[in-house]
Amino acid sequence: MDIDHDAIPPDVPDEDRRFFLKQSMFIAGLSMAPVDFLQAALAPDDGPVGNAVKVKLSLTVNGKRRRISIDPRMTLLDVLRENMGLTGTKKGCDFGQCGACTVHVDGRRTLSCLTFAVMQHGSKVTTIEGLSDGEKLHPLQEAFIKHDGLQCGYCTPGQVMSGVACIREGHAGSAAEVREYMSGNLCRCGAYPNIVDAILEVKKEGAKV
Amino acid sequence: MKPFQYLRPKTIAEAISMATDYPEAQYIAGGTNLVELMKRGIASPSKLIDINHLPLKKIEHRYDRLRIGALALNSDVAKHKSVLSRQPLLAQALLAGASGQLRNMATVGGNLLQRTRCSYFYDLALPCNKRKPGTGCGAEAGINRTHAIFFAGNGFGGNEKSSCIAVHPSDMCVALAALDTEVVINGTSGERRVPLKDFHRLSTLQPELDTNLQPGELVTAIEVTDNAFAQHSHYLKVRDRASYAFALVSVAAALQMDGGRIWDARMALGGVAHKPWRYWAIDLMLRGQAPSEKLFREVAEHEMQSARATTQNAFKIKLTSNAIVAALKAATGIS
Repeated sequence: MDIDHDAIPPDVPDEDRRFFLKQSMFIAGLSMAPVDFLQAALAPDDGPVGNAVKVKLSLTVNGKRRRISIDPRMTLLDVLRENMGLTGTKKGCDFGQCGACTVHVDGRRTLSCLTFAVMQHGSKVTTIEGLSDGEKLHPLQEAFIKHDGLQCGYCTPGQVMSGVACIREGHAGSAAEVREYMSGNLCRCGAYPNIVDAILEVKKEGAKV
Repeated sequence: MKPFQYLRPKTIAEAISMATDYPEAQYIAGGTNLVELMKRGIASPSKLIDINHLPLKKIEHRYDRLRIGALALNSDVAKHKSVLSRQPLLAQALLAGASGQLRNMATVGGNLLQRTRCSYFYDLALPCNKRKPGTGCGAEAGINRTHAIFFAGNGFGGNEKSSCIAVHPSDMCVALAALDTEVVINGTSGERRVPLKDFHRLSTLQPELDTNLQPGELVTAIEVTDNAFAQHSHYLKVRDRASYAFALVSVAAALQMDGGRIWDARMALGGVAHKPWRYWAIDLMLRGQAPSEKLFREVAEHEMQSARATTQNAFKIKLTSNAIVAALKAATGIS
């Protein structure tokens, strides 16, 4: 079963919306059904095998090795959403301008819309679904809730993934630094001050991110 | 998007031979520009040569120069110890560009080779001599407030069939243009080196060509020669929002000072021309002088005499002039 975060009705009251988000993140985490397993065993060191129609490759997504066969034109974003049902990662502009598709690839924050999945053969990808520990949210997710770091929530998975990386990179030393290093994540609702507060608080409290 | 075959070469020679064998092939590194161009149908390679697994990521200082592999990521270059200590201007320029995510993906080679962000280049419904040679330039009489103010010779980008008033979008290249940089290029006949000033082209005649790279050639590294500018360099970027926007105007200033006087000066401007615009005369004008706002104002206005506005960007002439003064003040530490 796939949960579509986009399908949250806009008129859901705030508290319910948060519950829905929490719950759906959890369910999405559980529902990562194996997709299109292939016979061929692919070692990450070998290049992806295929032609202009289909390529076989393997990715480790949220700790789980996934083998897929896809059109080489598919971006990492589309593979996560369409093939793996991980719809937490959002498609905003699809041109690298909004940051909604931010995921971690081999520990670095990356725009999944601007990389072909085939280029990531052998990589380790973490999405918003892989950030929480089951039902236990990541400290930055908790801080977003506490500080009201979202309104419509569409940019939130990208903001959270980018915010975690921002803290890990050591660029959350001040509000000005956070604003600069989070500038690749747009929020059209304008929750920026609260997002900055959430990141600064997690950094200050020194929780393991 | 047109279908493509994905290729992953293991060696530089294999990559070059693939690109030579298939004229419709393109190299891909970070992909931050090329993937967009492919999605929009502006680039449509039939083979995509993924060079990310070639051994070209190293950043090292050897003899008298800093050598940065073409696949070094912008974020890694910006925080590298040797870059920060020897060429802080380059680190500043890199951090002024793009976002944390994009800098984690974009490579030095790709940064050199990125295409313009002129909106006419990206809109398939409108004329653009760079995208489709001979169709005209939509920007010349269109929306051009972000476009060029410096051109080859006295003219605009060229004649009607070849004009282009687009600007080069890179910050990194502006810093590199102010410094002594060489681009290391490999091809079927071996390695060659091109000074950065000769790597990018002005738009006259063939605006579809951004650089002098030949078909099949691969940028493998850049090399920046040691200098004495580290204490007095400054990258100033002026843009429509505080962060994450291309430059309206940027200034890379690098000076050597001793005893309260300037002994060497380099400057390049971004956002004003089809390539990073080197201000060649600045060294003559500043050498031996004590820094002052009056002097910097004269220096700025001197270069702006050769600037020409299009219909909407006259403001950029004054803006560039002010940015030059501000960058020189910051580099020399005068208030």
